[in-house]
Amino acid sequence: MRWWWAGVVALAVVPFALPSQALVNLALLTAVSAALGQAWNLAGGFGGLTSFGHAVFFGIGAYAGAVLQTRWGWSPWLGLPAAAALGALAGYGIGAAAFRAGLRGSYFALVTLAFAEAARVLANSLDLTGGGLGILIPLRPGLANFQFTDRRASYALALLLLAGTTAAAAWLRRSRFGAQLAAVREGEDAARALGIDPVRVKARVLAGSGALTALGGTLYAQTYLYVDPSIAFGAERSVEMLLVAMVGGAGTVLGPLLGAVVLHAVADGSRALIDVPGFAPMLYGVLLLCVVAVLPGGLARLVRA
Amino acid sequence: MLSVRGLSKRFGGLRAVQGVDLDVPAGGITALIGPNGAGKTTTFAMVAGFVRPDAGTVMFDGADVTGWPPERIALAGMVRTFQVTQPFAGLTVAENIRVGAFLRVHSPAEAMAQAREVGARLGLGPMLDRPAAALTVAGRKRLEVARALATRPRLLLLDEVMAGLNPTEITEIVALVRAVRDGGVTVLLIEHIMQAVAALAEDVFVLAEGQLIARGTPRQVAGDPRVIEAYLGHGASRVLTGA
Repeated sequence: MRWWWAGVVALAVVPFALPSQALVNLALLTAVSAALGQAWNLAGGFGGLTSFGHAVFFGIGAYAGAVLQTRWGWSPWLGLPAAAALGALAGYGIGAAAFRAGLRGSYFALVTLAFAEAARVLANSLDLTGGGLGILIPLRPGLANFQFTDRRASYALALLLLAGTTAAAAWLRRSRFGAQLAAVREGEDAARALGIDPVRVKARVLAGSGALTALGGTLYAQTYLYVDPSIAFGAERSVEMLLVAMVGGAGTVLGPLLGAVVLHAVADGSRALIDVPGFAPMLYGVLLLCVVAVLPGGLARLVRA
Repeated sequence: MLSVRGLSKRFGGLRAVQGVDLDVPAGGITALIGPNGAGKTTTFAMVAGFVRPDAGTVMFDGADVTGWPPERIALAGMVRTFQVTQPFAGLTVAENIRVGAFLRVHSPAEAMAQAREVGARLGLGPMLDRPAAALTVAGRKRLEVARALATRPRLLLLDEVMAGLNPTEITEIVALVRAVRDGGVTVLLIEHIMQAVAALAEDVFVLAEGQLIARGTPRQVAGDPRVIEAYLGHGASRVLTGA
């Protein structure tokens, strides 16, 4: 296991030496995917809260940073804590409402999907979010503006977020809170009998997951300098997070990292071979089916075996 | 330690439990027995907070805990086990027990040490690092007790811990429950198996069709015609006594 982590770190350093910005961009997208997949994994994997609507947190983060700087002239760096706070609030709110109502499994998944769709519709119609046109963040490169002409700087920030989410996952594996979360995942009644309040535990993990996902949204908007309702709240975003975690291994620390690397390699490799729109999502589907059928624990299972 | 008054619950037209009174003195082993469908498990569920009673009160250690959620009752020191065992299947045996220990202990290492100690005491030593799903029925019953004990309860509610066990296993678990009581934990148990109840309990409450029909020592209730009739059917006590 230790060797795997050494490999992960070595692989993460390579892009800094890459000559082409296009390759660095690929590494950046992979790192962002891994970070988002890991953030999803905290609630979806470790907590068993299969969310189909994590885009709601990603979008909140993306819009929080963009709105604050373009409407009110805040420093984009302040977008990060604002995004985290709003993401946590949304996670706790959605969690408390859904779990108090006793929603579980596919019902919870549908409710999260509905929240993300509602947010997309809202972003489409509000003036604050620029409606369907979205928000263009003016190009003003510089550290103070959280904008970098060199993709490697953005990549470094994405790695930082990935390290943060992975540390959170590692903490869930070891901590008291993580043990209580696992107990709730495996059996709510038994957990309650042992003094654990399932609603509170689940709402809290969703708040943490929401905060980290929102940070990913801010980072994304700050890198590509554009947000619109479907980039922010689209279902593809939610599906990608879930896919990265599930293919790699939901509920494992290493899983989302493996999942992101494999999915991006597959997607970009296939695009080079067969450039037909919609081919990559189809391939994702096939890959997910294979993993579910052959390796229910995800790719991380191979590592541990 | 536990005092229940007038506890009642209806499910639609069915009066599952009607006006049940229970008293569990501190430091002893008290049993709640009765034929299938008598309302024992429903009574238990109401006492532990899993089912809200329609009427009646549950006093635990002088506090009115009626209608409290189960997690709050557990924190107060009253912890139940389940008749249909509910292991956290994806966790190891030690990790299962540690969930209980985490109620009072915050340090993961300390909680794990306590969990292993409790597990070993309950005869789960060789299984501690195996997945809970690998346990036999008897092992799962022990795990239920171990998990509950790890929370350091003052009152332990055992829901048919002997059901489905063979005679040897029953003898072992009887000794184990006694050891729990000797360790200072008050025990209230639901049981089917009269042999076990007679061996363990000082006080027995008998439920039939949702109502309390007798209470006393095991010997007293075993000779009570109402109890015999509840178990064996109308007229049974006359046949048995040869009257």
